[in-house]
Amino acid sequence: MLERLVQQASSYAADIDGLILLVLVLVGFWFLLAEGMFFWLIWKFRERPGGRSEYITGKEKHLKRWISIPHALVLVCDVFIIIASVRVWYDVKQHLPQADETIRVTGQQWAWVFTHPGPDGDLDTPDDIQTVDDLYVEVDKTYHFQLESRDVLHSFSVPVFRLKQDAVPGRRITGWFRPTVTGTFDIQCAEICGIGHGVMAGRIHVQDAGTMAQWVTANSSTAAQ
Amino acid sequence: MEKPLATLRSATGVPTGRLAVWWLLASEVVIFGGLLGAYLMFRLGHPEWANAAAVTNTWIGATNTFVLLTSSFTAVLAHQAAEKGDGVKAANYLFMTIGGALLFLIIKSFEWYYEISHGYTITANGFWSFYYTAAGIHAAHVIAGAIIMGFIAVAARKGKELQRVELVGIYWHFVDVVWIFLFPLLYIAK
Amino acid sequence: MAQAATEIHHEAHGHDAHAHHGPQGILKYIWSTDHKMIAMQYLFTGMFMGIVGGFMAYVFRMQLAFPGVSVPLFGVVSPGEYNALVTNHGSIMIFWVAMPVLIAAFGNYLIPLMIGADDMVFPRINRLSFQIFLVSVLMILASLFVSGGGFGGAWTSYPPLSAQSQYNLTSIGATMWLIAVALEFVAFLLGGINFIVTLMNARAPGMKAYDIPVVAWMIVIASILFMLSVGPLIAGAIMLLFDQTIGTGFFDPARGGDPILWQHLFWFFGHPEVYVVLLPAVGIVIDIVATFARKKLFGYKIMIFTAVATGVLSFFVWAHHQFIAGIDPRMANIFTVTTLLISVPIAELLFVMIATLYGGNIKLNTPMLWALSFIAEFLIGGVTGIFLGASGADIYLHDTYFVLAHFHYTFFPIAIIGTFAGFTYWFPKMFGKMMDDRLGKIHFWGTIIPFNMIFIPLFVLGLGGQHRRIYNFQNFPELAAMQPFRVLATVSLIIMLLFQLVFFWNCIKSWRGGAKAGRNPWKANTLEWTTESPPPHGNWPRDAMPRVYRGPYEYSVPGREDDYWPQNLPS
Ligand code: HEA
Ligand code: HEA
Ligand code: CUA
Ligand SMILES: [Cu+2]
Repeated sequence: MLERLVQQASSYAADIDGLILLVLVLVGFWFLLAEGMFFWLIWKFRERPGGRSEYITGKEKHLKRWISIPHALVLVCDVFIIIASVRVWYDVKQHLPQADETIRVTGQQWAWVFTHPGPDGDLDTPDDIQTVDDLYVEVDKTYHFQLESRDVLHSFSVPVFRLKQDAVPGRRITGWFRPTVTGTFDIQCAEICGIGHGVMAGRIHVQDAGTMAQWVTANSSTAAQ
Repeated sequence: MEKPLATLRSATGVPTGRLAVWWLLASEVVIFGGLLGAYLMFRLGHPEWANAAAVTNTWIGATNTFVLLTSSFTAVLAHQAAEKGDGVKAANYLFMTIGGALLFLIIKSFEWYYEISHGYTITANGFWSFYYTAAGIHAAHVIAGAIIMGFIAVAARKGKELQRVELVGIYWHFVDVVWIFLFPLLYIAK
Repeated sequence: MAQAATEIHHEAHGHDAHAHHGPQGILKYIWSTDHKMIAMQYLFTGMFMGIVGGFMAYVFRMQLAFPGVSVPLFGVVSPGEYNALVTNHGSIMIFWVAMPVLIAAFGNYLIPLMIGADDMVFPRINRLSFQIFLVSVLMILASLFVSGGGFGGAWTSYPPLSAQSQYNLTSIGATMWLIAVALEFVAFLLGGINFIVTLMNARAPGMKAYDIPVVAWMIVIASILFMLSVGPLIAGAIMLLFDQTIGTGFFDPARGGDPILWQHLFWFFGHPEVYVVLLPAVGIVIDIVATFARKKLFGYKIMIFTAVATGVLSFFVWAHHQFIAGIDPRMANIFTVTTLLISVPIAELLFVMIATLYGGNIKLNTPMLWALSFIAEFLIGGVTGIFLGASGADIYLHDTYFVLAHFHYTFFPIAIIGTFAGFTYWFPKMFGKMMDDRLGKIHFWGTIIPFNMIFIPLFVLGLGGQHRRIYNFQNFPELAAMQPFRVLATVSLIIMLLFQLVFFWNCIKSWRGGAKAGRNPWKANTLEWTTESPPPHGNWPRDAMPRVYRGPYEYSVPGREDDYWPQNLPS
């Protein structure tokens, strides 16, 4: 459903969309039921000249069921949603799959600084490649990112990946993603960070292995000095 | 201004004033609860704060605890006198309680003066920030209590609004209890 | 519009004047301790602030729909101004519109009248609480005009942005914002104690706990909820104030502080707060539904117990605002469970409201339309909360316009629809005149249709990945294409704001020339309808204070000729 509006470009995007769909179906059912009942009652019991209401206290057993059965059923729906939600959450946020490469993402007022490990594959070595606002990654590779901030809170958000994580000064938060589609996509900052928050836009370039290798060699030579 | 009928009613059987003071204290409990909860979280995460805590003077803290407890005792005596309808005696005990409050504040200012002049200011580090903030908010309650007690004592002397002696007493015990929490957290835990 | 409001303001004052004894002239209003006068002061201050907040929404929505244009009545919106407008719009709507109107105005007006008392138990503390509130109003308004501009760090005021002026660039504005919010809290703590104690102690003889009208219960439960949740934030506000002004480092990671601590303190209050405003609105709505369906409530006690259950649960859900804020990811699971559980009591509240319609004889006049539309619209806000409560889905939805649409679908029904419902229902009591039902219905449809047209597009934008608090979406290639939705929302907003003129016209017209209301125009049961409209000082003659014989919802009792049975009629 959601992919109509925003492309799915990471390994877990479909899981998150599936969860949203599940919630939509379950609460949608209740929503329609409640609204349907509501408007039907308004129509059915609209004012009749000289009419008189029934005196119903809601204390009788057979009437209480109108509340207690939905009560139990809503609880059941809650349980389904919780189970589905916790599973998706575990896969995306709690569990870190083995990384093919680790990058660093640093937010600051008002730009994203990306550190690519360079040819040696290790961060904090002289051949690291730093870019500002443009992140280059390879398709079908699992990335860990180390998210940091230099000043205030920011939030690293890539809608097509369904990825979002706040950056907190003083902490290094590790997360992961695995791009599945090549192309160039938006990075947004999703936490207010001052007057430049609205322009803190980045682009993520998902490339195939060949282009990526070229990019690394082209940039590491300049970065090494 | 004459009192509205509403003030004189008591559907629960508890006098209105006492009920209000209990609710007031409930709201205060969560304020201090939030502050001390935050402090505890930090303290557990920062073992090195013990070094800063070591600088605080446990003896001065203990003396102040004693002063406050004594003032709470005179507040109880004031309440008893008020129960018996002896406004003058109640007022005298209240003035003694105010004296305790002032002594507490004087000791506190010397303590703070000493600490600040040795560089342990509120911005020195996290421990000192909490130290001054928590004790400062507490001291503000002591000051407020002393002022209110002053008004109540003056009225009590004339035999007016004697039920208020009890109310301010309840408040005063609370101020005392807060200190009983602050003292071990800020002074004893090193 | 602003002019119209001030006019009503004056007139209302002039109108109530004769009922009051004490100081003369303007002081008479400022120093009045009558709960009805204080209620009016809260009501009109809240409405005035509603216009301010609505105007801000108009300005920043114009900027979003037509980036860079010079907005009529405002001018070009700079990024800093945009943030300040959004921040203060949110803060004002919650703290200076929803709270004062729903809790303070209706609470002050209704609680003593509904329980058959002549005033609040502490009239002077009541006045003091309004005066503190008034200072906070002046403070927040003034903060918009100081050098550097108003605070722009969002109503959640997350540090380090809010704590350090080198980041937010609005050192004075940020501090004034914080002090204004803190003063508002103090005002509502004092007011809340008054409400709670009044309801507990000042009830008319014969009125048992379950004879109290639901709206009075709800306002008092909300006050307790507010009182028990706001404490930690008050402590946090002091800490933040010290961070801002004297340079402590409570929330500064560079100096051993922790920015996330503020988030915990804020949301520990922030989530209960949404139910603090929800419950009074629910109370108003259910009272109106019972009256115009001529029905006993389907489960009075269920309403009270679910409200309490909601309140209790609301203390354990706060971190659902922080799923991806950098807290331990395992915590998210616990908060998903508690968050989803809250759907059960709230669903029950709504089901009771809906079930009350069954077997009724439903009269669709203006107050009833407002009350019913609350149910229909709030349901949308409620169910969309479930998407956000599911942690896995919130990864995507957090801080998008989906969240925004979710909470406007809760807040708008509460703060605007709920208020209009209550206002039109109690207008005859407050001013002694009937409102024009035809104008009321025009205003109703002119508000409710545009409302949906504003926020349904925002749901779509949110699902499309549009984030909050961004002044110009043309900076994001993926979002730029969705501009028609933004224009639709803005145009609908302007239509809605224009229809508010009908409301003000209706108020003035009805107040001047409306039909006399009499004591009980709606044939309702609760005690406020047993006195004159408007009620005199002291509400009832002192020797004829009401006595209560039955619950508030005995409508259409079989065997009685009248289809209502006032609480104070001896059997
Ligand atoms: C009065 C206002 C109000 C109310 C009543 C609610 C009610 C709820 N809210 Fe909302 N919320 C806000 C105001 C409100 N909220 C605000 C202001 C924010 C944003 C703050 C900010 O960041 O600026 C927010 C944000 C917010 C978030 C954080 C989103 C994010 O930032 O990522 C979450 C997440 O869990 C959430 C959840 C809920 C839930 C579960 C409810 C529940 O109470 C809803 C329960 C109701 C129902 C579920 C409907 C009735 C039930 C049925 C019809 C039965 C069927 C249901 C099921 C089977 C489950 N809200
Ligand atoms: C009670 C709460 C409330 C209410 C009623 C509203 C009402 C509206 N809000 Fe607001 N809004 C918030 C609370 C509220 N909002 C909050 C908390 C935020 C988040 C802030 C942040 O991010 O920090 C927000 C943010 C917010 C944004 C996001 C901006 C951004 O993130 O970039 C937008 C965008 O469209 C918006 C739009 C609107 C619109 C169009 C209305 C319209 O419905 C307004 C229409 C106005 C009226 C109808 C009022 C007219 C007044 C009268 C008729 C007087 C009578 C008075 C009474 C009946 C009380 N709001
Ligand atoms: Cu960085 Cu918003
Ligand atoms: Cu919440």
